Amino acid sequence: MIQVPDINGRYGAFGGRFVPETLMNALIELEQEYTKYCDTPEFKEEIAYLLKQYAGRETPLYYAERLSKHLGKAKIYLKREDLNHTGAHKINNAIAQGVLAKRMGKNKVIAETGAGQHGVATATVAALLGLECKVFMGEEDTKRQQLNVFRMKMLGAEVIPVTSGSRTLKDAGNEALRYWVSHVEDTFYVLGSAVGPHPYPMMVRNFQRIIGDETRRQILESEGRLPHRVFAPIGGGSNAIGMFYPFLEDQEVELIGVEAAGKGVETEHHAATMSKGTKGVFQGSMSYLLQDEAGQVKEAHSISAGLDYPGVGPEHSYLKDIERVQYVPITDQEALDALQLLCRTEGIIPALESAHAVAQVVKKASEWSEDEIIVICLSGRGDKDVESIMAYTGGKTL
Amino acid sequence: MNRIDTVFNKLKAEGETALIPFITVGDPTPDLTLDIIREVEAAGADIVELGVPYSDPLADGPVIQRASQRALLGKVTIRTCMQTALQARKAGSELPFILFTYYNPVLQMGLDTFFQEVVVHDISGLIIPDLPIEESEDIRSRAKAAGVHLIPLVAPTSHERISSIVGNASGFIYCVSSLGVTGERSDFYSGVEPFIETVKQFTDIPVAIGFGISNREHVARFSKVCDGVVVGSAIVRQIESAIPLLEQDETKEQGLLQIREFVSQLKGSKVYER
Repeated sequence: MIQVPDINGRYGAFGGRFVPETLMNALIELEQEYTKYCDTPEFKEEIAYLLKQYAGRETPLYYAERLSKHLGKAKIYLKREDLNHTGAHKINNAIAQGVLAKRMGKNKVIAETGAGQHGVATATVAALLGLECKVFMGEEDTKRQQLNVFRMKMLGAEVIPVTSGSRTLKDAGNEALRYWVSHVEDTFYVLGSAVGPHPYPMMVRNFQRIIGDETRRQILESEGRLPHRVFAPIGGGSNAIGMFYPFLEDQEVELIGVEAAGKGVETEHHAATMSKGTKGVFQGSMSYLLQDEAGQVKEAHSISAGLDYPGVGPEHSYLKDIERVQYVPITDQEALDALQLLCRTEGIIPALESAHAVAQVVKKASEWSEDEIIVICLSGRGDKDVESIMAYTGGKTL
Repeated sequence: MNRIDTVFNKLKAEGETALIPFITVGDPTPDLTLDIIREVEAAGADIVELGVPYSDPLADGPVIQRASQRALLGKVTIRTCMQTALQARKAGSELPFILFTYYNPVLQMGLDTFFQEVVVHDISGLIIPDLPIEESEDIRSRAKAAGVHLIPLVAPTSHERISSIVGNASGFIYCVSSLGVTGERSDFYSGVEPFIETVKQFTDIPVAIGFGISNREHVARFSKVCDGVVVGSAIVRQIESAIPLLEQDETKEQGLLQIREFVSQLKGSKVYER
């Protein structure tokens, strides 16, 4: 396979840097500093130390025996990113970008957040490293996720409600970029997903690939072979690219990204960027995008706030076009059913995001034979979603 | 000759600075945009930037964001904006029109179609704020072939990038006055004048300044060092406050007069009297 991205941050036709000129030198500086530090032993050791001693890595690759038996014959493994400190894979990237910010001498960090997971991860790392932290969050989301807003404030971050546009994640991202344009000289933007202008998609991938690197080693230890199929949920795509990247050269491993179909891809209420999107420029890069014919960005819908995003990381668009990764949609209801199944069979409450990947496995399991090995990236835990699930069901258990 | 060049040549001969208002097309309606174009021309505008409303305007502050949202409620597209330019021309406007648009609407129209339409609709220049030089090679050569100026933005943070940005530019150079998005402000980047001088060292074409220029004092200050001054949010805010007047037939003229008087003041000419 061709090495991506190229020097201009391109993944085939995707990626690049579509930002105001004011930010260009900051992005170039970020890329230079990242390149300078990323292979040095001190930088790698500091991150490795924090991931192990602070975040609790490595995370287990757990054989979900009861789920496997319930569904059929294939052996299903769960990569337990939900067991990380702060409850999701987001901390992997936040720690690494925080360490980089500090080395670059920037003591102020900003972040965008949807449901609040990346905001909490960034606020956590800011507290740990002694950085000043502002988190941009759509006003709608601050209402839906009050607990996470309070959590971030407890950790010392300032939460800025965003009142522009649809007042959700995409607008939080826009506002973080606007703030960064005004404060680019002393502020580091901790971007939470594998999206945005180069070098972010590449950097976030490299900071998240630990998920796939560990999984590869762990499955070889327990099964003596690579998995047949690997599933990961995809919104912007940071856990998915982190999981998939170390398997890209292993052509025999099928890789499946599971996106949010909301109320159905045939309706107007979904976040199925890969199934329904077209090529366009959004938040700094060329990728697939939910948009109308005139190029206006559409609002996405998913019960999972982390997948409720009209764009997707450029490397995923590239992997779709070269047909290395398959992308499939799962509805709100299918995800809720899978979430309930995992609760009852394994005693694990997954995040709604992760439940999408579980749902795709539930859908397909009857087609697989007993010698097949399946891995699901369980990107986060469901504690954050309990309230919104209660609201959705009117207080009834599912 | 491109209308932008004609205007700058004439102003240079007269020792004058170009006043370049920005208006969001379709705010509040495309028909009223036509009226507003007529008023700003009468008030002494030399070039007009026609803003294409966009769902995710990254480079814009709250005033222009709101204008975009109002225009989008009326389903205004990049095509509407081009049609408005041509209608203004047919109604007798001599102004050079610059289309100020984010890249995605251009991309979705298709570059071949876009440049055909730009020429057909007598658009003289393009400003695409999220298209830095690294990404603009194709657009630049197409613009050149079409005889349309792709106006580059240069920021106080551009530093060593300045020479490559302005190197083969045409039309004029748009200097960004401050770090930040569009919008009125009391402070400009410290060292903004030296920054403009630096830009001038690298180019012979006119240099304009924008972002935050909002009153006559600002215009006068930058007229000493620039060939053109862009006023955006301050005018869009005037339009916003005039909307209740503009939308009623009985008060429409009064609303338009307010906008004309504001632009006249910026230009430093006598307040228009009826």
